[in-house]
Amino acid sequence: MTAAQAHVTKAELAELNKPKRDGKYWAGTIAGLAGIAFIIIYCVLPFYWMIVSSLRLPSDGRSTDYLPNPASVENYIAVFAPINGFGRSLVNSLIVSTTTTVLTLLFGILAAYALARLRFAAKGIVLSIIIACSMFPGITLIIPLFKLFSGNYPGFEWINWMNTYQALIIPTLSFGLPLCVWNLTAFFRQLPVELEQAAMVDGCTPGQAFAKVILPLAAPGVFTTAIITFIAVWNDYMIALQFGTTPEMYTSIVALSKFTGAYGYDTPWGTIMAAGVIITVPLLVAVLIFQRRIVAGLTAGGVK
Amino acid sequence: MVADSPATTKNKKKNPLSDGQGSLAALLISPTMVVILFVVGIPILMSIRESVFRKNEGVDPNTGMVAQGETFVGLQNFTDIFNNPTVVPGNWGQIDRLLNAFLNTTWFTVVCVVLETVLGVAMALIMAKAFKGQGLVRAAILVPWAIPTIVSAKMWGLIFDADGVMNKIIGQQILWLADGPQSQWAIIIADVWKTAPFIGLLTLAGLQTIPAEVYEAAKVDGASAWQQFTRITLPMVKPALVVAVLFRTLDTMRMFDLPAGMIGFGKYYVETVSTLAYVENNNLRYGPAAAYSIILFLYIVFVAFLFVKLLGADVVGDEELKAIQAQRKRQKAAAKAAGSKPQLAKTTVTSGSAAS
Repeated sequence: MTAAQAHVTKAELAELNKPKRDGKYWAGTIAGLAGIAFIIIYCVLPFYWMIVSSLRLPSDGRSTDYLPNPASVENYIAVFAPINGFGRSLVNSLIVSTTTTVLTLLFGILAAYALARLRFAAKGIVLSIIIACSMFPGITLIIPLFKLFSGNYPGFEWINWMNTYQALIIPTLSFGLPLCVWNLTAFFRQLPVELEQAAMVDGCTPGQAFAKVILPLAAPGVFTTAIITFIAVWNDYMIALQFGTTPEMYTSIVALSKFTGAYGYDTPWGTIMAAGVIITVPLLVAVLIFQRRIVAGLTAGGVK
Repeated sequence: MVADSPATTKNKKKNPLSDGQGSLAALLISPTMVVILFVVGIPILMSIRESVFRKNEGVDPNTGMVAQGETFVGLQNFTDIFNNPTVVPGNWGQIDRLLNAFLNTTWFTVVCVVLETVLGVAMALIMAKAFKGQGLVRAAILVPWAIPTIVSAKMWGLIFDADGVMNKIIGQQILWLADGPQSQWAIIIADVWKTAPFIGLLTLAGLQTIPAEVYEAAKVDGASAWQQFTRITLPMVKPALVVAVLFRTLDTMRMFDLPAGMIGFGKYYVETVSTLAYVENNNLRYGPAAAYSIILFLYIVFVAFLFVKLLGADVVGDEELKAIQAQRKRQKAAAKAAGSKPQLAKTTVTSGSAAS
């Protein structure tokens, strides 16, 4: 203890504890705000352009005015013109994404629990296989499956599945399931292991501990994983393009990529942008509502 | 502790918390593994089989009919790149189409991943410093992630249109969407836009695990801001960053949606191995298509291996596996010291035959 320290008064202490607001502080704050503004503009500006372009008159498709002049919803009406079959494609997307998500969750929850909690010899191999599947190039699977599904495989001609829902759903599992298992494993790991140990001390089998204790607690994680998987499947292009070749079996993503539009022969930019907004907005709303959970899921899973 | 001999372990009392989990695990995991076997395992084998066959073309000299069936051609689908190249004009001169696609893929991967990483880390640093507007930024950063790649391809297609807003802003007349070097940059910009925020998000999660005391200690020691960044931030955020960059790298290597949706198929300047294999497949040239996709697969495996070996990417991130590996290391060292054959641990199960 020095004498100087003893003489520090309360007022001096308060002065010392007050954050310094000198030029450096303000420069830092302004730079921080500018950085934040930059990130927001960077992320949102191209999307803004899509919305603006969708709200023009169809004849103004390539206009570069920064606001639609005049504003119009004709593009949105044109999206649903019968020639585009866009309503049908949205239903297809919903069927494929929902089915895949439900299937992956059914399988994934069981596998993820075992990977996160149980001790068994082949765990390293199973984890490696699952992570390898999520890194896998989809094109490698599509080529033999295309030959198989189009009935060209000797001995398996009865598998004539082109333009069926199973042809859209089964290959999608190849990336949906690893993604789902990986995310769920990360969630299950975060739950304290003491919960099941307590249940097992009270006489539960590991299976009962899982069903009665862990599953209800993991519901938010399961829900987040469902959203992440759903979005990944909804956004898939390659599989949907390869196995759904008739307009009746297009998913909304494929339908959008093949738009010829209801107006003229020129690229119907306005209609395409309107369709893009229609496809994206439900996803965005879901993502923004559940953003905290989704960010946690993405960072825990580390995949995609 | 001395390792139990196999004879005595059988009589050991079972540990109710850890024994008997193997069979439950097998029960829980087998449905997933069966699905993966059918949707990934078997197609890979089929793909390898396809890659050494080629569809018969032309007229059969014996029957005078259009040739049917396929012929075993060995590695010819792979070696054609040297022996029978299909020369196309691209960014890399007059070279084989596969080689051109391979170089495009590599070029896109390197440029996109470097730009995304730099931009993503910068974004993460800004977000970590921000006191206000964090919720808003997080919402904004999820926008590019949630937009489907095809929608983003069309969106950037309109922006990069010859009469589009990009040319208006820079005041030039660049044909971004024509088959040329500029179309590569259109794709790079669109890809970086969509994924840099994602790297930022993952890096931010890594940044937030660094305790503030470390920085305070560095300040006391007189470290400059740059020193703090290179000596503290980067090393401590490296595990999270390396995994994020690894996944982005592998994802960019299989790039398909952006070139296909924005520029189109069969454009040599932006043709990636994925789009090339897709085009060949739809021309019913299954053999070469499968061969190309397998080359891409091996390339991806090789890069993933480099990441894990050289950069120490911990993709699996399982504590138990780390414990087993550490235990095996100890057992190996102990066995080496004793001059005996090591008995390696398979699990961390604490009863039964597990030696420690």
